[in-house]
Amino acid sequence: MSEDLRKIIIDGEEIEVPTSYTLLQAAEAAGREIPRFCYHERLSVAGNCRMCLVELVGAPKPAASCAMNVRDMRGGPNGEPPAMNTLSPLVKKAREGVMEFLLINHPLDCPICDQGGECDLQDQSLVYGRTGSRFPENKRAVEDKEMGPIIATEMTRCIQCTRCVRFVTEVAGSPEIGMIGRGEDAEITTYLESAVTSELSGNVIDLCPVGALTSKPYAFNARPWELTKTETIDVMDALGSNIRVDARGSAVLRILPRVHEGVNEEWISDKTRYAWEGLGRQRLDKAYVRENGKLRPADWPEALTIAAEKLGGDASKIGMIAGDLCSAEEMKAAKDLADALGVTSVDCRQDGAKVGGGAREDYLFNATIAGIEEADAILIIGANPRTEAAVLNARIRKTWLHNDTKVGLIGEAVDLTYPYEHVGTSAAILAGLKKKRSGFIKTLKDAKRPLILVGSGALTRADGAQVLRAAGELADAVGAVSAEWNGLSILHTAASRVAGLDLGFVPGEGGHDVAGMQSNPLDTVVLMGADELDLAQFGDAFVIYVGSHGDAGAHRADLILPSAAWTEQDGLFANTEGRVQLAYRATFPKGDAKEGWAIFRALSERLGKTLPYNNLTELRHKLFEDVPVLAGIDHAPGASEGYDAKAAGAAGDVEATDFVPAVRNFYFTNPIVRASETLAECSALASGPAQMAAE
Amino acid sequence: MSVRRLAKEQPESFAFNKKSEAEIKFWLAKYPEAKKASAVIPMLWIAQKQEGWVSEPAIREIANRLEMPYIRVYEVATFYTMFNLEPVGTHLIQVCGTTPCMLRGSDELIDVCKKRIGKPHEISADGKFTWVEVECMGACANAPMIQLANPDGDHYIEDLDGAKLEALMDDLAAGKTVKYGPQSDRNASEPHGTKVLTDPSLYDGSRAKKIKLPNTAKPETSKAEG
Amino acid sequence: MATQLLQDKDRIFTNLFGHHDAGLDGAKQRGCWNGTKEILEQGRDWIIDQMKASGLRGRGGAGFPTGLKWSFMPKEVGARPHYLVVNADESEPGTCKDREIMRHDPHLLIEGCLIASFSMQAHACYIYLRGEYVTERLAMEKAVKEAYEAKLIGDDNIHGWPFHVYIHHGAGAYICGEETALLESLEGKKGQPRLKPPFPANAGLYGCPTTVNNVESIAVAGTILRRGADWFASFGRERNVGTKIFSISGHVNNPCNVEEAMSIPMKTLIETHAGGVRGGWDNLKAVIPGGSSVSLLPKDICDDVLMDFDALSAHKSGLGTAAVIVMDKSTDVVKAIARISYFYRHESCGQCTPCREGTGWMWRVLTRMAAGESTIEEIDMLLDVAGQVEGHTICALGDAAAWPVQGLIRHFRSEIEDRINNYRAGKPVFVSQVAAE
Repeated sequence: MSEDLRKIIIDGEEIEVPTSYTLLQAAEAAGREIPRFCYHERLSVAGNCRMCLVELVGAPKPAASCAMNVRDMRGGPNGEPPAMNTLSPLVKKAREGVMEFLLINHPLDCPICDQGGECDLQDQSLVYGRTGSRFPENKRAVEDKEMGPIIATEMTRCIQCTRCVRFVTEVAGSPEIGMIGRGEDAEITTYLESAVTSELSGNVIDLCPVGALTSKPYAFNARPWELTKTETIDVMDALGSNIRVDARGSAVLRILPRVHEGVNEEWISDKTRYAWEGLGRQRLDKAYVRENGKLRPADWPEALTIAAEKLGGDASKIGMIAGDLCSAEEMKAAKDLADALGVTSVDCRQDGAKVGGGAREDYLFNATIAGIEEADAILIIGANPRTEAAVLNARIRKTWLHNDTKVGLIGEAVDLTYPYEHVGTSAAILAGLKKKRSGFIKTLKDAKRPLILVGSGALTRADGAQVLRAAGELADAVGAVSAEWNGLSILHTAASRVAGLDLGFVPGEGGHDVAGMQSNPLDTVVLMGADELDLAQFGDAFVIYVGSHGDAGAHRADLILPSAAWTEQDGLFANTEGRVQLAYRATFPKGDAKEGWAIFRALSERLGKTLPYNNLTELRHKLFEDVPVLAGIDHAPGASEGYDAKAAGAAGDVEATDFVPAVRNFYFTNPIVRASETLAECSALASGPAQMAAE
Repeated sequence: MSVRRLAKEQPESFAFNKKSEAEIKFWLAKYPEAKKASAVIPMLWIAQKQEGWVSEPAIREIANRLEMPYIRVYEVATFYTMFNLEPVGTHLIQVCGTTPCMLRGSDELIDVCKKRIGKPHEISADGKFTWVEVECMGACANAPMIQLANPDGDHYIEDLDGAKLEALMDDLAAGKTVKYGPQSDRNASEPHGTKVLTDPSLYDGSRAKKIKLPNTAKPETSKAEG
Repeated sequence: MATQLLQDKDRIFTNLFGHHDAGLDGAKQRGCWNGTKEILEQGRDWIIDQMKASGLRGRGGAGFPTGLKWSFMPKEVGARPHYLVVNADESEPGTCKDREIMRHDPHLLIEGCLIASFSMQAHACYIYLRGEYVTERLAMEKAVKEAYEAKLIGDDNIHGWPFHVYIHHGAGAYICGEETALLESLEGKKGQPRLKPPFPANAGLYGCPTTVNNVESIAVAGTILRRGADWFASFGRERNVGTKIFSISGHVNNPCNVEEAMSIPMKTLIETHAGGVRGGWDNLKAVIPGGSSVSLLPKDICDDVLMDFDALSAHKSGLGTAAVIVMDKSTDVVKAIARISYFYRHESCGQCTPCREGTGWMWRVLTRMAAGESTIEEIDMLLDVAGQVEGHTICALGDAAAWPVQGLIRHFRSEIEDRINNYRAGKPVFVSQVAAE
């Protein structure tokens, strides 16, 4: 490490720490636990709770260890290293005092508080608090505030740490929460109690160290110690945010973020957080067969028989489309079955994105998500990262905020929570950019690590492959691609996409892509949780819907094979960076539903083409053998030598039409979230003002 | 400090008038363009001077002008106690009640206000008065005192007692002009019958004569161009 | 040392009472703006050295040496401009001196701003007045306009240092007298003190190097440099030198502001200028010598204590803003301090825990104590609570709220005890001792 180190003394022990460390970090490095409420690693330092006070030897008063750097410590008069105490009687008394102040106006309503059992105030009062109360006055009561469908408030419990204020202001970039008034009457609120509109708003619930801000949909549902906690991966977008799924029995009751510095830090979007609501609603828990225009329940043997009969037909008239939430294993089994049957019309790109087929870098977020913070100029093409990958957008905001990174946008002008240069709206602007000399092209050329972010909206156009080529040529022209840094970055919206492309879930010899399947009448179409496409285009085809939710696909289906949702089966997902991560089963599948891969395995047996694996482990062996790149768990490949960005996509002219973002309604992107009532409320709120404006 | 909330009844809209606009221009010129949020307190004050109080539409208007989030202006409006978040009477009487004034009889002034007007923050039946107790206004050598805010501006009225305040309120109610400043024979905060600052040589112009700066033994070259 | 009263010829604020013209002509007549150009011509180092040599300590309460503070500014101007910010948010109860400077001698302040800014390489200065000082603000605006018109300041002025003065105001918040809260407020935010470090000299207004000085500290600079550091240092005791405006309020016959020599005995100050304690010196109960934040002193200490930093801090009080609040024997001293506690509760910004919660708690306990509705044990508990606030907060407001309470218990514990006992015995809890006139 090139950083300056300094010798300091903590509780009599010498330790060497970087001078940039705060005293709190230094104490932790020395193995000391420092209590805190307002301090949070990912927020600016407020220093207001005063719980982290430590004794500075020789100083007249204690210091907030979160707010002071080792660099600013004063040594002894004879050149002794600076010393601090974290265990002294003075520190103990200071903590007791702060704890007492925090508690005098805090209600003793832990038994009816949702934070109970996971409350910082509760935990720390146990360790650092006094044994009894000396406060005979009336406690302060604070009126609760309305904050929308997600955040429930009990403001009497608030300890004014301002973590929520700092989060929405700094991370979410949507300054909607503040502290009004002053002194003991200061209150946390939104402006006129309007709902918090940020798509990251739920994070304030996690940040709140007490029970002032809790989860409205989860209110009074469970105690933390009753829950089975499963560490897994989110599939609501292509980031693969690390999450923990908390379930009781068969019901998922909440979803919380886990820390992954490379992916989501410790944030998740509201869509991720409340997807659990959709897991309990609109579920397909048994097989259905359409008879006389109506769906009737069926058992597995009957359903499989019908499916096998259909799939045993003319292979050239059969299509398979993998939806956005499919695991690699499910796609692998389906693909192997298709290969065995000679079906070549398979596609994992229900949105019609013109990606896949070339180098893996052609369809990855090569800069990596963490690499966004190293970029000094970012050009966003045809994307609205705020709706397509809200947590990634927060990362762009972070680098804009801290590193002054310049951002440009070609596409629809939207509020990204940070300022950007609006370079233009159409693909023609992109195509012409590299020939320009001034404006954002100069910013990109001057940058050491330029990042060219290409969104799905740019790639789902008819000329998507040409747009990708233009982006690749631009990346090459501005020096965005080298062995150390690859700034050409594709932002997908589907969790299944990268693994699907990796294992070749794209049309084979003579096969059609989704558009082709729609324009060339098929006999049979298998939809694997694919609902985001125009189903009317399939004409009279027999539709087999393999999925978990009764959404558009199921409505069109002639046969429904119920499969497990992603929280109900183990599965591999490769995120937009190409990072492969494992999702784990948190609860069992609903009713008769089976794991996706197992359905195709069962079908293969019926069709006399038994797939060569009897369980998931064997399937994964085969998967890794066939697609070794999927075996590198939690590895984001990033830059590599010899990549030619100029060869991405396909040659040809782009159309001079405007880019259209891939995601219009952030809250409604898949069948699971469409079944969530809370997210429906959020969606209605988000579209509310727009409707009014249209009037 | 008590909980400060916006008034329940709010006007539909707010617009600065011409006079206010001129003042806003004057104030905005004081700060770098990128730091125009600095003008938030002066602008809230201008809004209050125009309307008598700060309404919710005014908060939004100021936020829009200064490109600040609404919540930030809301925070400022509720933090600073001089902003009236509800309408007040024509004459707002702000009685200082802090210890230096208390020692010299501010309780008497408060009693007069209670008797004549009613509860603090409420508008009197005739709409002419509102009174509030405020904290030290920095005129302690002229205690007890009030600040009177009305369409004629903001003025300290000092060296008061209960009877003088009653008389003052009579005059205000009758629409008469009142004397601002000390209600005694003092000009400002000089001691009664002062013996200091009486030396005529201070005021005869002798101080304006060219001087030689002391302590400049080593004549230095001009460094004024830093 | 002998008590030598300050003579008129040595007073800096010669229009303190507003008996003369506050305008530019009057100010010049009284010696303001005289030799200012020559002062600047001596250079920055000379000015700062002279200010250091004068022994001037900040007049806003903390008493930090002014010349030293100026020397903390970066020597070279980098990408960020330097600022001088004048703290005219005079709000410490008992204090009313800066008001007189601004409405009666505004040009001394503007001249001081130019000199101080020049020495710190600042081309812009903001003067932050408390919002209540509307008259004073208009007086300052008028004086600034005069100074611009006379080309004393401005881009192209006769002093050769491009310089702007901007008047700014608050809107009712004592905490904005804390320098970093003032900067926050000046930036358009709530007045919540910042964490230090970084100190304003590194990152102050708009993140730029900034020095914040009290009105009086800046306004005396011109005269000090004109008449010499040694002249200023000749008044008062070592480390406590110079002249100072004292605000005398409360139970005196003639409450007033007066400029006197530092280290003047309190009794001399009160008797010479304020007409003495109401009912005579023996009718004195206690004095708060430096604004509401400092501990009050009972009569026996007041008898011979000197009005300076060291003498008052030796008695666990302080010179503060030199605002002398006099309480005679009729005073309900518990109620008087409870009212001060109410003030701090009202003015706490609410940012940090000990002050937000502690100020309200102390006020509630003291209010009960003033009525006798308390217990003997609660006196020590109150002392403990005050100790939990003191030194544990982001800014000094916590200390300022704790000290008066600690002082009350230190000097008047028995009075609180009597009150509690009287209440329990069903006797009147407090009987005012009216002075025999």
